[in-house]
Amino acid sequence: MASTLDAPTPPPLPQPTWLQSLGQWLRQPGFISASPVLIFFLIGFVGPLVIVLGFSFLPERTFGFHGDWTVDNYVHILSESYWIPFVWSFGLATATVACCLLISYPVSYGLARIFGRWAAPVMLLLVIPLFVSENVRLFGWYLVLLKGGGILAGSTQALFGFDTGTLLYSPGTILMGMVYVYLPYTLFPTTLGLSLVPRDQMDAASDLGANRWQIFREVELPIAMPGILIGSLLTFVLAVGAISEAKLLGGANIVVVAHAILHEFTYAQNWPLGSAISMFAIAITGILVIFIMRRLDLDRLLGRK
Amino acid sequence: MERRGKRWVNSLIVVWTGVVLLFFFIPIAGVIISSFGKSRYFRFPVKTWSFKWYEETINANLTENLHVTSFYVAGCVAVIALVLGFFGALAFARYDWKGRIFYQRLIMLPIFFPQAVLGLALLLWFTYVGVLPSWEAAVFAHLVWIVPIVTLIISIQVYGFDVSQEEAAFDLGANRWQVFREVTMPALAPGLFSGGLFAFLLSWGNFPLSTYTSGADSTVTEWLYTKMSSGYTPMIPTIGAFSVYGSIVILFIGYLLLVMRRRRAEKRA
Repeated sequence: MASTLDAPTPPPLPQPTWLQSLGQWLRQPGFISASPVLIFFLIGFVGPLVIVLGFSFLPERTFGFHGDWTVDNYVHILSESYWIPFVWSFGLATATVACCLLISYPVSYGLARIFGRWAAPVMLLLVIPLFVSENVRLFGWYLVLLKGGGILAGSTQALFGFDTGTLLYSPGTILMGMVYVYLPYTLFPTTLGLSLVPRDQMDAASDLGANRWQIFREVELPIAMPGILIGSLLTFVLAVGAISEAKLLGGANIVVVAHAILHEFTYAQNWPLGSAISMFAIAITGILVIFIMRRLDLDRLLGRK
Repeated sequence: MERRGKRWVNSLIVVWTGVVLLFFFIPIAGVIISSFGKSRYFRFPVKTWSFKWYEETINANLTENLHVTSFYVAGCVAVIALVLGFFGALAFARYDWKGRIFYQRLIMLPIFFPQAVLGLALLLWFTYVGVLPSWEAAVFAHLVWIVPIVTLIISIQVYGFDVSQEEAAFDLGANRWQVFREVTMPALAPGLFSGGLFAFLLSWGNFPLSTYTSGADSTVTEWLYTKMSSGYTPMIPTIGAFSVYGSIVILFIGYLLLVMRRRRAEKRA
């Protein structure tokens, strides 16, 4: 039964009508199990996207579809300083991914290989902070880094008698906040990826005389890649859309993309411009994603046998 | 010689993990410490400790509503996302079908959509279709973003799953339901568990999607954000501390269930 499910459908000899081949295509088990998700995305994703796309071509400060179409909003973004938030968002996101990978790889390795029966409790400890909402944890950092009465400044003052000054409101602090918040999204997929590496294969490579670096490059990394890649992409995109970190830890110094969009939709009441900025952000991440995806065979990367 | 080198690296990794754990818990400790302070504004070192703000928060009758809303949303999201994601993952990773490559790239798109934008887009869409913002609408909004993630997480497990095990079970005379229950489910269980956990977590902590779609049904994150950006109240650390305690209890129960399951499986083997 299962073998018939997995065998590729043999090409029928007489040329079928297009209706027949459509029917055949729709009856594929893959399409059937994909259909709930596909229908859901048509309603929940394509619909909203079309609305935003439509809005981005409306004249300034309109709220319904009955005006003339225009590209003014896009011209507006390019000609004024609206590109600065893009530089901040994408720069911070790139730095976040790099930091998260460096920090989480040893931990993932430990969880997948070294900790043994301690792996589950350690994993549990790593998961607990995730249940606490992002805003609370960032607020916690705010309390730690607060000038004068913050936990860090207060401790150094009580113990050593010097003031750290304010550590808030700098790009470094925002980056730290983002690494803190998005680290789990790199950590867990990486751990899952590393746990797919069979120990025998590493032992075999070792017996055949490969050194640690060769094992890492030739055995571990290729097999663990799906997890690492999914983790990195997820982290990057979440970081591009981040807003709370810059707002709570960075004050008003740095305006990120999400903040700029929010501003247009709320204070400025300029939905078309907000939609146009959104379309820009979508286009840039989209091009990046397609560029990466086209170079990768998802199946092979995700470890299909 | 090599052994010793390996041990040295291993202990370095243990230390590193410890540092990361410390990093994870610093702000949470900060929130808990400040929730026990008595003064209206936080100053460290805390001069007088008290339960004053706990009493005030509980009397304000606020926590319960906020946490119940958040819990409902996250619970519904986890269940629906698991069902959709399970079938989505089979289509993603297991079956060979025409259009699969396109489907794989298509369902990734919502993940690569800035969330604040997705929230706004959904709000515009809901208004257009005539759906009023509520916690049910927030569940829908969360799902748009969370279902693809859960699908991916389960897919990783599906890729690692050897289909010939199923075939062997069929050959041994098991029916479809038995194969599903005895072979497929146990093999995919780790992926389903982490998928469900991720769905719950992402929904529980989500702010950008909830803020546009939940309307009057405020979640914990929304309330906190509003209060933090305008009108600080000492209840913020207290409610934060509450969600820390809640999460510890939930995770502890989940962990016990997992340990019990493993014990039972060992006994059976």
